[in-house]
Amino acid sequence: MDARKKKRKVLLMGKSGSGKSSMRSIIFSNYVAKDVRRLGATIDVEHSHVKFMGNLTLNLWDCGGQDAFMETYLASQRSNIFSDVAVLIYVFDIESREVDRDMDTYNAVIEALREFSPNAYVFCLVHKMDLIQAEHRQRIYEERSTLIRSRSEHFRVDTFGSSIWDQSLYKAWAGIVHKLIPNLTVIERFLTAFSKKIDAEEVILFERSTFLTVTSVTSEVGELNPIYDRHERLSNIMKAFKHCAARNTLTTPASAGFVVMHTKTPQFNIFLGRFTDNTYIFLVVPPGEAAYNCAVLNTMLAREGFSKLAAAGRSDGFPLPPPETPEETNGLAS
Amino acid sequence: MPFPPVRRSQSEDPDRDHLPNTYISSTFSTYKTSAQLSLEKLLQGPNHGGGSTQPRSALIPNTQARDAKPRLLLMGLRRSGKSSIASVVFHKMPPNETLFLESTTRIQKDSIHSFMDFQVWDFPGQLEYLEPSFDLEDIFGSLGALVWVIDAQDDYLDSVARLNRTILTVQQYYPGINIEVFIHKVDGLSDEYRTDTFQDIVQRISDELSDAGYENAPVHYYLTSIYDYSVFEAFSKVIQKLIPNLSTLENLINTLANNCGFEKTYLFDVLSKIYIASDTRPVDMACYEMCSDYIDVIVDISELYSWDHPDRRPKGEQIQEAESHVVLHDETMIHLMEMNKYLCLVSVIRNPEAKEKRGLIDMNCRTFQDALNDVFSRSWEQEEQGNA
Repeated sequence: MDARKKKRKVLLMGKSGSGKSSMRSIIFSNYVAKDVRRLGATIDVEHSHVKFMGNLTLNLWDCGGQDAFMETYLASQRSNIFSDVAVLIYVFDIESREVDRDMDTYNAVIEALREFSPNAYVFCLVHKMDLIQAEHRQRIYEERSTLIRSRSEHFRVDTFGSSIWDQSLYKAWAGIVHKLIPNLTVIERFLTAFSKKIDAEEVILFERSTFLTVTSVTSEVGELNPIYDRHERLSNIMKAFKHCAARNTLTTPASAGFVVMHTKTPQFNIFLGRFTDNTYIFLVVPPGEAAYNCAVLNTMLAREGFSKLAAAGRSDGFPLPPPETPEETNGLAS
Repeated sequence: MPFPPVRRSQSEDPDRDHLPNTYISSTFSTYKTSAQLSLEKLLQGPNHGGGSTQPRSALIPNTQARDAKPRLLLMGLRRSGKSSIASVVFHKMPPNETLFLESTTRIQKDSIHSFMDFQVWDFPGQLEYLEPSFDLEDIFGSLGALVWVIDAQDDYLDSVARLNRTILTVQQYYPGINIEVFIHKVDGLSDEYRTDTFQDIVQRISDELSDAGYENAPVHYYLTSIYDYSVFEAFSKVIQKLIPNLSTLENLINTLANNCGFEKTYLFDVLSKIYIASDTRPVDMACYEMCSDYIDVIVDISELYSWDHPDRRPKGEQIQEAESHVVLHDETMIHLMEMNKYLCLVSVIRNPEAKEKRGLIDMNCRTFQDALNDVFSRSWEQEEQGNA
């Protein structure tokens, strides 16, 4: 796949009422969970373009899920819909009573996808998990995902259980965008080197408008953190606060944001700041005022390096592949 | 006598310097004295009745002054939202989950251990506590405030009538009690209707009270809803009236805010997110929401990264109290500083230059912290010495 290609076609499919438009609105259009009640049914296909990480544009095709539409997608519009797809996101409603029929439709979609874009990634979200009692969630989710895998032909499918009412939605979508970012290895290599230099417990890169985790690096000590879903929870926490800030400073959630956040506690120090045009960097370093200030200073230096690169016209500052070792890592003060 | 002096403390009372302080001192006693335990035991049974022969004037012997916990009573008709309020404010329950709360059948007593210890008693709406079988002394004896909840979406005439009866009884024996009326569930009303309801209720109560000869009864009214911040705001006001050194605190905060150019400053109780004092500028709901949500952010993030492990070592010296600030897109800065175990100071600064002067702001806040701890601790230390 050509990594420089900037537009990625993302198909969002699933049965009518399964929650496709709801989650799209929450992740990309700054809705809060209770606002999605206002959404009506999606008619035919709704196209939207989402800029993500500067050099990547997601071309989101939200396909209405009523049976009549489904039939046209699979028949007359087949080549139009299914060609050139980078990602198919298929949403299952956990509460659905016609599991077999859902699976048949899913299988038909997979068939069509195999025909026109055999290299696409497939993600299946088992949605509305909040409606299942907590003690049964894991079991039901596993049963369902085995069933899904058995109907997925040769595609390697990633499944996520999700709900718009908690952080699981962020986990699922972070997993999805993680697969889409073109120069991820370069970014990750830089972050690893950087986090070693500043001796951070954890470095997380968040996308600016969605607050989805782009990627993260965790040190050996940081790995011991018993809370595994912390990244999604952070997305959730910060996005909720962004909404609050927007509400109270009379702006739209899209234009609200943070310039910088410092937090010092006896157990950890956290720095959150704008990194490149489209990302926030989130540092967790052990307590120690001097070490913390040093880490922040280094982050600023690295950021300058990136903005220089960005000014030189390389989109977001993150160098595009083929591998170019980011020079900024060498110029760090320590 | 523990409670009524607290109210007087805000007026010019010769006793002002030591009486209220004895009561705040209980905050810092981590153990329970035997007197306190027996007092609690005494308060546990609402139905033990019959023991009301004690003269009402000699309330509790002075030796128990240290153990006095101000008490908040939540009263009102059934299904007016008392338990929901208690759960949302004191147990951090998400508002939409209060739908599933069972109706309260006996008095629910919550002890809140925070910057000052107090009790919250949640009364079942159907309980006829004015009947002679109830010991009024037990219920109202060490009372700080009576919070009466009225469902504004329902027919409130019955509730108003009952409230009036209660006020008249309570006023007779315990004139020092604050009566706070929460006109509740106003989220469902339109703005205009809300104002009308408010005025109507206020009118009815004050009319009836003045008919009965009480011209200026200490009754305050609040419009509340658990779905926004109004119930926290209202509770903050209720609690503030019970804090003996409120004016000192407000003065301190005013000085700090003026010198640092803070737009608005709140001293929050972290657990309940009630603010116990703020500067005396007008309340700005937007600032309050942001400050209150920012505490949430810090508490939630702390939860994610405060794990203990022997391999996790600090890399150097650091001040023991948490400190945090965030700069928003429009240059507004929210500054948070932990004051002690229970309290934190949150300020909103709208001056873009504040970023460069953070060192100065931090230092001023530390000075404030010392002063605050002085206010809370001195009387306690004095008493300890006196006892020893």
